[in-house]
Amino acid sequence: MDLKKLFLKADNELESSEKRIRSRKITCKKCQNTSPVKKIRKNYFVCPECGYYFPVRARRRILMLTDNRSFIEHDRDMASRNILDFPEYEEKLTAAKDKSRENEGVITGVAQIGGHKTCIFAMDGNFMMGSMGAVVGEKITRLFEYATTQSLPVIGVTVSGGARMQEGMISLMQMSKVSAAVKRHSDKGGLYIVLLTNPTTGGVDASFAMLGDITLAEPGARVGFAGPRVVEKTLKTALPDGFQKAERVMECGFIDAIVPRHEQKDYLERLLRLHEASREVSM
Amino acid sequence: MMTDIEIVRAARSEKRKTARDYIDGCFTDLTEFSGDRLYGDDRAIIGGIGLLQDMPVTVIGIEKGKNTEDRILHNFGSAHPEGYRKALRLMKQAEKFHRPVICFVDTAGAFPDVESEERGQGRAIAENLYEMSTLKTPVLSIIIGEGGSGGALALSHADRIWMLEDAYYSVVSPESCSNILWKTLDKADVAARALGLTADKLYSLGIIDRICKDKALQEFAADIYGQIKELMSVPTDRLLDERYKKFRSIGYI
Repeated sequence: MDLKKLFLKADNELESSEKRIRSRKITCKKCQNTSPVKKIRKNYFVCPECGYYFPVRARRRILMLTDNRSFIEHDRDMASRNILDFPEYEEKLTAAKDKSRENEGVITGVAQIGGHKTCIFAMDGNFMMGSMGAVVGEKITRLFEYATTQSLPVIGVTVSGGARMQEGMISLMQMSKVSAAVKRHSDKGGLYIVLLTNPTTGGVDASFAMLGDITLAEPGARVGFAGPRVVEKTLKTALPDGFQKAERVMECGFIDAIVPRHEQKDYLERLLRLHEASREVSM
Repeated sequence: MMTDIEIVRAARSEKRKTARDYIDGCFTDLTEFSGDRLYGDDRAIIGGIGLLQDMPVTVIGIEKGKNTEDRILHNFGSAHPEGYRKALRLMKQAEKFHRPVICFVDTAGAFPDVESEERGQGRAIAENLYEMSTLKTPVLSIIIGEGGSGGALALSHADRIWMLEDAYYSVVSPESCSNILWKTLDKADVAARALGLTADKLYSLGIIDRICKDKALQEFAADIYGQIKELMSVPTDRLLDERYKKFRSIGYI
């Protein structure tokens, strides 16, 4: 319930930030300063005044991280069906498609980063809170299987409220399905780098988001399994400062590094380069 | 015929057999082990080795407890990360000695407190799915009561998944689902129906492999024995391949 609120908030922020982009100026919701869209875009959608991180769509995320025109998308047309005949699901899917201008909550494909070929997926918080249903699970599984046969690394950008309720147990099983594909990729020596963005929670946190060889996060991203309101109810008092924030999760030992947005592409390029070099040495 | 929400209530009943009852009733020479070798011993998860007729097996259960004191000891069957890590440790041990693994699953869900989050609840569940997907020994998981989301899934990445006819297995509790979607707890019955969380429905979706009647535990043990014998006769490569395909096939056609 709290997650939904959290996501609605993130969604509204994204939507209003998009509107403001069209009006050529963006007002930061944190510091209330207004900046020209050009400046914000140049600054990787981080407020130039206060450093606030605007949510980023999946397709833009891929553009920001990969070489110009290098991205080739996989399974673009794959779309969800209401397998369980769940009430109001079709309406929600239609609304999510309109809002995100995507067919589903994840984009997958192959791209280059600094000339290094890699598989990449990015989730989209605009599509039903980035929730994982059968299509999200299937697309990511296919990407890992492709990466395994092609001996390619996988880079994953996560943003998700978890498993998608409207697909019942089929969505929960995607956690198992993707995790098994990640394992097969890993057993063949494949490199998997995760970039956790705000928020990465629930069933995605409890599966492929936490299975990277290297785990990176954006500053301030919420990362955790249970919703904060649920945890608060268990605790019966207010949550400690920084709870489930990437910085705290890193202190707890679950994140390798917090990487600011403007450094992410170079950071990934360096990791890919180092892994290619080590492969050459071992051969 | 029980309605779906009645099945959920039956699955939560304190009068039901818990994992301990199944384990005591189905196995002999039980020897219980403790701890995850990393942090502590989570009593929500019990486990060890024993004999299933003539066959040494590893047994793991999520235990809710019998009376108030016992329930507190077992944290009402809601595990912290060390519980899932204890289960994984016992499974790895089973793999080493090529013992089959039998899991009894009965949990409302993984425990949602600050400590669990900070010790990596998400990572612990993820690691179980990841490691169980290639565990080189047969695994049978049985949902005996509540199959509460990720907390149940963490012990259910198995070659065969069985379910008691009046158990449930769900991505979210019907109450939470009703609250999230319709801002009320009153539509839990609608949510229960919509989520498709009964054994019948999950069998028809191909998510579980067998619906079990509540029968004498000796007979139940005989069923388990038959299933494990069959799985033990499958070469490991094929077993793992079939396990991969089992989960691979769920969701998109």
